[in-house]
Amino acid sequence: MAKQLNIFVDNKPGRLNAVTDLLAIKKINIFIFTIQDRGEFGLIKLIVDRPGDANLALLDEGYASALKDVILVSVKDKPGNLHKLATALQKKKINLTDARGTVLAPSKLGLCCLEVDNIPAAEKALKQAGFDIIDIKEIYKL
Amino acid sequence: MEQTFWRKRLETIEPAELAAMQLKNLRKVVGYALRTQFYKPRLKAVGITSPEDIKRLSDIERIPFTTKDDLRECYPNGLLSVPMSEVVRIHTSSGTTGIPTVIHHTQPDLDVWTDLVARSISATGAGKRDIFQNMMTYGMFTGGLGLHYGAERVGMTVIPMGGGNTKRQIQIMKDFGTTVLHITPSYMLHIFSVLGECGVAVKDLKLKKAYLGAEPYSEDTRKMIEKLWQIDVYNSYGLSEMNGPGVAFECVHKSGMHVWEDVYHMEVIDPKTGVKHEDGKEGELVFTNLQREATPLLRYRTRDVATVLKGRCACGRTHRRISRITGRTDDMLIINGVNVYPSQIEAVIMKVPEVGNNYQIHLTKDGALDEIIVKVEIYSKMFKGDLSQLDKLRERIKDDLRASIIINPTVQLHEPGSLPVFEGKAKRVVDNRVKI
Repeated sequence: MAKQLNIFVDNKPGRLNAVTDLLAIKKINIFIFTIQDRGEFGLIKLIVDRPGDANLALLDEGYASALKDVILVSVKDKPGNLHKLATALQKKKINLTDARGTVLAPSKLGLCCLEVDNIPAAEKALKQAGFDIIDIKEIYKL
Repeated sequence: MEQTFWRKRLETIEPAELAAMQLKNLRKVVGYALRTQFYKPRLKAVGITSPEDIKRLSDIERIPFTTKDDLRECYPNGLLSVPMSEVVRIHTSSGTTGIPTVIHHTQPDLDVWTDLVARSISATGAGKRDIFQNMMTYGMFTGGLGLHYGAERVGMTVIPMGGGNTKRQIQIMKDFGTTVLHITPSYMLHIFSVLGECGVAVKDLKLKKAYLGAEPYSEDTRKMIEKLWQIDVYNSYGLSEMNGPGVAFECVHKSGMHVWEDVYHMEVIDPKTGVKHEDGKEGELVFTNLQREATPLLRYRTRDVATVLKGRCACGRTHRRISRITGRTDDMLIINGVNVYPSQIEAVIMKVPEVGNNYQIHLTKDGALDEIIVKVEIYSKMFKGDLSQLDKLRERIKDDLRASIIINPTVQLHEPGSLPVFEGKAKRVVDNRVKI
């Protein structure tokens, strides 16, 4: 299990810049980012090296920010591997609410970040299927 | 122009006789007021403990004004002067902070009201051969039921459509040969814009007249609607505290609205000082309902600004006429004909824990209709990081506003501290609507 930073921002130019400015000052390193557009507002989702510090820094500045539990999975980059992951979740009837993934080293390594409704059950299912669940510090070792 | 009267003797009564009649009825209504928890101590404080203490009509000026806040404080039964078993209907309207104002009616009360609406309809030249499609909202809002019963009394064929459902409205207008409409001006313009889509042209309809009310509109808009629809448009005025529609109505001359003064005693005052204005000078309308038993209201401050027109109307009616309503002395908003106070919206959104202290109300036009956008700030400590939480929050605020104020807003969520903060009395309302 890992912590993800979810930040509520107005959907207008400059808001991502304001957030990244603050995190840069605090020397927070961002591994994964995604932005969701919901009309007048958006949600910035970040996987960072020090999520607790980043969250406090944002709250101090008046942001609506929260830490959410997510699952980080390191996977081999090969055809059919996402399908294998999806099958493992489907068998246990685990629903994904959001997910993102990318290849870190082609043909070798990929990283997935999963938001699910039942984290312990999802972690168990993924481990049984042979996937590696990692925490944020382990990203440096990949 | 042919004149049609409903109660010719009353409508053409000479001023001296009218004053005598008003005095007699004022005494009666003071008698009812003395039976209420609210008025008894108030009237006693100015030396009125029995109807006989009203010696002349001008004694009305001894009575303090009644305000909308007074009505709220009387919620629900503080102004009731008859046993509940005598009450046959209750109407409530929006209060300024969420507590509604209540008007109880006995059967005689409803009869008086209905007769005034019948009088109003007759003054426009409409009658029993007309097909009347009532597009005003039915229910607690008095616009729907008020005209409905008056039209039936006149003998018109009434189609009780209520508001909305534009395409069906047009179909019914066409199929039944509707000749008279009761509607808000913005909705009248909106329907016109949908006619073509329905494959209906104005010449396919038998429309002759429309009664427009519940919203302010200009003389230019009247002329435009008359030209677009090839009809006569009559201005209508009323407020739920004075029963509803039928307080004042235009006759065929369309030169100001006749206030039915045998029932509604009218004063115009300076809203700041309360000092009475002469006819011809703009001010706040103050009404006393002289013929209502269940809920007597004495010197009620309407917050509506208008001018009493000088001189008599060519129609022969002696009842004084008022101009269009030119403004409000409070911050009441009229959104698609519904009266809304910003404080009511505030009361609803401030009950939501996920919402911060700052909010804004934006009003715009979507075609001819009003659109309201309520912008609120998220309270950062209540944010859990979920989109589903935000979606639910938006829906909840929308549902709460819809249920309590009968408006259908767009709700927008914003970052803490992102909405403008105003010093002192915050300017919460941004009205970008083009006036019609």
